[in-house]
Amino acid sequence: MEAHEATRGLESKREGIPAWLLGVIPLLLIALAIGAFAALGGPGLGERTGAPIEELAVESTVLTPGVIELTVRNDGPDAVTIAQAMVNDAFVQFSGAERPIGRLGSETVRLQQPWVEGEGYEVALLTSTGGTITHEIPAAAETPIGDLGFFGLMALLGLYVGVIPIALGMLWLPFIRRVPPGWLRVVMALTVGLLAFLAIDATLEGLELAGEGSQAFGGAALVLIGAVIAFLALTGVGHWLEDRRARAKVSGATGGHLAMLIAIGIGMHNLGEGLAIGTSYATGALALGAFLVVGFALHNTTEGLAIVAPIANLKPSPKRLALLGLIAGAPAILGAWIGAAAFNTSLAAFLFGAGAGAIVQVIVQLFPTLRDSAGRALHPAAVGGLLAGIALMFTTGLLVSV
Amino acid sequence: VALHNGVHGRTPEALAADAPHGKAHDEGGHAGFRTGGKVDHRANGFDPHEILRDFDWGKTSKMADGRVLREWELYAADHEIEVAPGVKFAAWTYNQRIPGPTLRAREGERLRITFINRSSHPHTIHFHGIHPAEMDGVPGLGAGEIPPGGNTAYEFDALPAGLHLYHCHVRPLAEHIAKGLYGAFIIDPKEGRPEADELVMVLNGFDTNFDRANELYAANTIPFAYMDKPIKVERDKLVRIYLVNILEYDLINSFHLHGNLFDYFPTGTSLKPSELTDTVMLCQGQRGILEWRFAHLGRFMFHAHQSEFTELGWQGFFEVCEPGTDVRLNCELP
Repeated sequence: MEAHEATRGLESKREGIPAWLLGVIPLLLIALAIGAFAALGGPGLGERTGAPIEELAVESTVLTPGVIELTVRNDGPDAVTIAQAMVNDAFVQFSGAERPIGRLGSETVRLQQPWVEGEGYEVALLTSTGGTITHEIPAAAETPIGDLGFFGLMALLGLYVGVIPIALGMLWLPFIRRVPPGWLRVVMALTVGLLAFLAIDATLEGLELAGEGSQAFGGAALVLIGAVIAFLALTGVGHWLEDRRARAKVSGATGGHLAMLIAIGIGMHNLGEGLAIGTSYATGALALGAFLVVGFALHNTTEGLAIVAPIANLKPSPKRLALLGLIAGAPAILGAWIGAAAFNTSLAAFLFGAGAGAIVQVIVQLFPTLRDSAGRALHPAAVGGLLAGIALMFTTGLLVSV
Repeated sequence: VALHNGVHGRTPEALAADAPHGKAHDEGGHAGFRTGGKVDHRANGFDPHEILRDFDWGKTSKMADGRVLREWELYAADHEIEVAPGVKFAAWTYNQRIPGPTLRAREGERLRITFINRSSHPHTIHFHGIHPAEMDGVPGLGAGEIPPGGNTAYEFDALPAGLHLYHCHVRPLAEHIAKGLYGAFIIDPKEGRPEADELVMVLNGFDTNFDRANELYAANTIPFAYMDKPIKVERDKLVRIYLVNILEYDLINSFHLHGNLFDYFPTGTSLKPSELTDTVMLCQGQRGILEWRFAHLGRFMFHAHQSEFTELGWQGFFEVCEPGTDVRLNCELP
């Protein structure tokens, strides 16, 4: 009994301490411990054995007449000192990176090289330990300067591959309105199939990019983080819109809400696509042929269909339709600008992941609309539609590979 | 057709902007290390310009039969060197220099080379020339591999007259050679050779990232050393180069001289030249003597005639000067 009293006394005393302080005390202790550990130089651990690990990732390559400019970032745990530089097995004069590059630090080196358009170059940076960091330029081309004409060209490109095809695809709206409900479910399944393909495509492309660039900011993890963030953000926004609608006592109209989410998802995907096109163009790896533009147009027309399918039974205003089309297509222009002017593989990988996450969220939203009268989502017609959607994307995708 | 628009030469503006010290500009576009950096020869313990004319005659004494006994002491040592400005390489050396001492003797003398291994790896010295099997400096014969802390003496007659070389012969062979265990070994013919300005060039390279391909190429170890500071020679005077190729990882190497032709004596075993040429090709271990006189004043390049090796460091200049009033050369050209 007495013991019990004593415990209660102690508890009441504890209650005297503010809760926030109880939360902060462990943090302070952790900070103190880490500080002491660092100040004492990690007692008992000793030096790391083995040679220094030198890792530099090339983040951007800019070619101007007579000069190859590389921006590198230190991915590794140790500082890296660039001592000399070679281009195609010949030492070259260069400037920049006079001091060691610390962890996550970035430097730009300008190499004097009379490069010839269309030829391949291998740049090797020789470090103070004799290690080499190599970077390949498959086909040299002058990096477009960010003037008005260049941004205009990128905008035109984004218009061709993003905005116009999606607008054309949305022209199926009158047709979809006429089809019976059973067939509409097939169209919805087709849409889900298209989106599933886009999600897989964006993920793979993101992972490929993540593998090429700096690993310092997470590499492949960035794709997944991007996907999770986009998925959660869109889900949150979706529920917030629902709550608002519920408070305003607006009934139904979930189709319009769905179309908006699809447009956002596809928009994020097209941002990534624009990024890929812009980068390829800037590095000279992309031939801007009519074939490529036609391929993208066919490929992206199907995206327009995906936006209008959920609003088949509504009567959206032309203004709203135009807005949906712009949200889905215009990011291609923005992507092309970013890709051509300030490409960064880590950012691109993140954006591709975000695109994939956004599309998955849309698929989750769309899936219930496939249900037939018996409540089955994967009925034969829906499966047929899904497969047709994937096949359509796969086939049109063959026309374009950036 | 696109050539005119496509070629982007190095503009003088670009050069001026990136080479404030003006060195690259002076050199007018030869491949080279970044301006400003210099290899610290003092820290390395050897200078390619000193190695050029450094012949180690050893210590001599008379044997009971009246012959000359010539003795050297060589030691192996792990020694970090700066192979290019700012680039360190964990080398294995004879007497803390690469190439090792240029051993020089006269035909028929008795030679004794005491070898002490102060490295942390087993090594040998394998000489080219004529000698008994147990003096061959290979594992399993005679003293075999000399362990760290061990020592031995290689003893044989100086035969035949010519230009030879020595190197370590421990497995893995490529590594033991590429890390720097080699040197030139000259046996002068009894009758001697004509008076000349004699130079030694050991052609080598360094695989600094261990991918079994060289990042750096040179004559006497330091790339571009004779570009940064030309080798001064006298007009009309006989120049003789003892040229040894020890380059690892590449099948061949070569020597090319600008503006002149030279008499070539393969392995230096004959006093009659085999050829008058300006380019010779050598595989690993191949060597020869080059002789010529410069007829014109000025700078003449010499380099490998594999452009890759040239632009990765194996190139240099001769600067042909007039004899001055004293022993110094007058290189102030009109």
